[in-house]
Amino acid sequence: MRLSDLKINESGVVLKISSIGSLRRRLLDMGITNNTEIKIIKRAPLGDPIEIFLRGYELIVREEDAKLIEVKKI
Amino acid sequence: MKIALIGNQNCGKTTLFNCLTGSYQHVGNFPGITVEKKIGRLKHDKNIEIVDLPGIYSLSPYSAEEILTRDFLIKNNSDIILNIIDATNIERNLYLTLQILELNLPTIIALNMIDELKLLGNSVNISELENILKVKIIPITASKKEGIADLIYEIKKIIQENKPREKIDVCNGEVHKAIHSVAHIIEDHAQKKNISSRFAALKIIQNDELMIDYLKLDNDEIKIIDEIINSMKNNLNKESDIAVVDMYYNFIEKICKNCVIKNKNISQKSIDIDKILTHKFFALPIFLLIMSLIFFISFYLVGGFLTNLLSLSFEVLKYKLQDFLIKHKTNELVRSLVIDGAFQSLISILSFLPMVSVLFFLLSILEDSGYMARVAFFMDAFLRKIGLSGKSFVPMLIGFGCSVPAIMSTRTLLSNREKKITIFLIPFMSCSAKIPIYIFLTSLIFSKLAIFIIILLYLSGIIIAVITSLFLKKNIMHGKPMPFLLELPPYRMPTKKNLALHARDKIKDFLSRAFSIIFVSSIFIWILEKFDFHFRIVEDKSNSILACFSKFISPIFKPLGFGHWMQSCAIASGLIAKETVLTTLLVLCNGDNNKIKNLFDAKSAFCFLLFIVLYTPCIAAISTIHSELKSTTKTFICIVSQLFIAWITTFVFYNIFFDIDKLLVMLMLTFFVLSFKKIINKKICTCHKNHCDRCHKNKK
Repeated sequence: MRLSDLKINESGVVLKISSIGSLRRRLLDMGITNNTEIKIIKRAPLGDPIEIFLRGYELIVREEDAKLIEVKKI
Repeated sequence: MKIALIGNQNCGKTTLFNCLTGSYQHVGNFPGITVEKKIGRLKHDKNIEIVDLPGIYSLSPYSAEEILTRDFLIKNNSDIILNIIDATNIERNLYLTLQILELNLPTIIALNMIDELKLLGNSVNISELENILKVKIIPITASKKEGIADLIYEIKKIIQENKPREKIDVCNGEVHKAIHSVAHIIEDHAQKKNISSRFAALKIIQNDELMIDYLKLDNDEIKIIDEIINSMKNNLNKESDIAVVDMYYNFIEKICKNCVIKNKNISQKSIDIDKILTHKFFALPIFLLIMSLIFFISFYLVGGFLTNLLSLSFEVLKYKLQDFLIKHKTNELVRSLVIDGAFQSLISILSFLPMVSVLFFLLSILEDSGYMARVAFFMDAFLRKIGLSGKSFVPMLIGFGCSVPAIMSTRTLLSNREKKITIFLIPFMSCSAKIPIYIFLTSLIFSKLAIFIIILLYLSGIIIAVITSLFLKKNIMHGKPMPFLLELPPYRMPTKKNLALHARDKIKDFLSRAFSIIFVSSIFIWILEKFDFHFRIVEDKSNSILACFSKFISPIFKPLGFGHWMQSCAIASGLIAKETVLTTLLVLCNGDNNKIKNLFDAKSAFCFLLFIVLYTPCIAAISTIHSELKSTTKTFICIVSQLFIAWITTFVFYNIFFDIDKLLVMLMLTFFVLSFKKIINKKICTCHKNHCDRCHKNKK
């Protein structure tokens, strides 16, 4: 399951990050790594980007970037 | 003695910097306000230098201002690192802290926003955290100046003691082995560059190419290092970069379990406000409402009223001065210089001070509250359609104030392509220097319709920006949008001190511009319009030096409806600063409003204003564009194409838009050209690639 497939208020645990290059490093720096718990807070009015909650703070990610993060729903 | 301020974006570095040094740098509640390093000295001890650096999330940087911070750290050898941690977001902030500790420099930690932490009902066991990290930690609230004295005391203590820090060991297992083997190989190189070999090894394991280049490793060494990394990967069954990050975060999770008591994560207030402000349907209407309210208050309610009051009193002052000069029988030329050359243009600009400062004040409330990040959030989808991202929205909004800081703030944009397009579009956002021209001319010529014309002008700037951006995306600046990751800060009440600071800055800037560049240039214009090439006083202004030059360029503006030399002169003088368009007109017409009115009819006045909205920005903005693009050719292309866009748009407007027949013909022509282009594109492109920017749409 991908992070973008989670619905609002659902949470998941990161299994794998398949993005490469600067996006990958950025995601890691922001604290998205294996076993991180992520909750979907809301989507922007046009459905994209997505507001997520992890490690005690809120972050905005685009749908296409969220597709590259594999999660397990909890 | 040099102290470097390091921390995540939006953790309050600049607020602390202002506290420590007593200076007044710009701060706001949006990640990435600081894009340049700023140097100040400690208020009570001038020997200690403090450097404020752009915020970073890790020491493996990729945007320009983050590279600046790391380079400063590893190359400049600051004596002490002052690491600022946002206490409400301690988990992610500690990730940077652990990397900083690897640098083996004297370090002190300031745990900021303790007040917000308490409000949430959370707490941090500071002495336990000090024991684990083996550094001094001082709790502070920079915005309220709490804990600053303690911090200064501890900084001085560290300077006096001057003893090496105890090392902490974060790593374990396979990563530990790999770090030590790599560190051993690169030890000589790291020593030459005077950085910690352990830190360098960590970065190399994380595939940091900048570091590999910096150390100048040879091919054999790189080969051995690759083998070490590969064996670590195989043993852990993880990518090497993830292995390192995992190791750090596992350590942090352990720390947090021991030292942080969490009651609530984010404040309920922020969540509640967001339910309305970023609502599915209401977000955009609310944003438009807020913006129109801001413009209404600053142009009409408060700013407009104060401006009228000020300009009336200036007018009285002017007549008093005139009477005084006549009474004392001063030379007519001197009188003209004082009244028409200097005084008239100065007061015409100064009377707009209330309007501009109210506008800035209100925009800074938005900036400090944290609303800007939300706007970037819900505008991203729209901006991506025109080839930009939510992040480029903030520089554009700043552009309504002034293009110079707006262009500088494009440094936070990750992609070079996005940065270039944003820089190119910022001048289309009418800056506050253009407000005097708009208000003066529209109220003179359109009287009651003035406010609608002004709104129309602002909108046309935005519409042209959207069209240009679409054109650039489709034809010149291809490429995919960069990833968009933005931290959403909690809403914060703007502090009185900060708002006063913003307003003070703007007023100071406004006054210094009025008394320097605008004052000098209007006197210069006065001289040029009084004398001819033999420096004789001219009877008829159309024989003056200025008129000769202006007549030379006025044919360019003739097809746009404003071919009079005075008008072209005003346009040209706008390159110095936008306000001078107005002051030049006033000087040339001897401050006589009726004379100015006679230069225009409604149609040409609108086109004149439209041209001013769109054409090349002032010299200060041009030099900022040059320093950001770092290329004379690109800057030149940028300026010329802005001029071209302004000319074409105004031309179309003046000649076609007011004539229904021509308008229809024009629309038909565009339709034909567009469909023709589509057919040609289909035929010409013979590529077999899967992702061709030119024809991939047709293939789909």
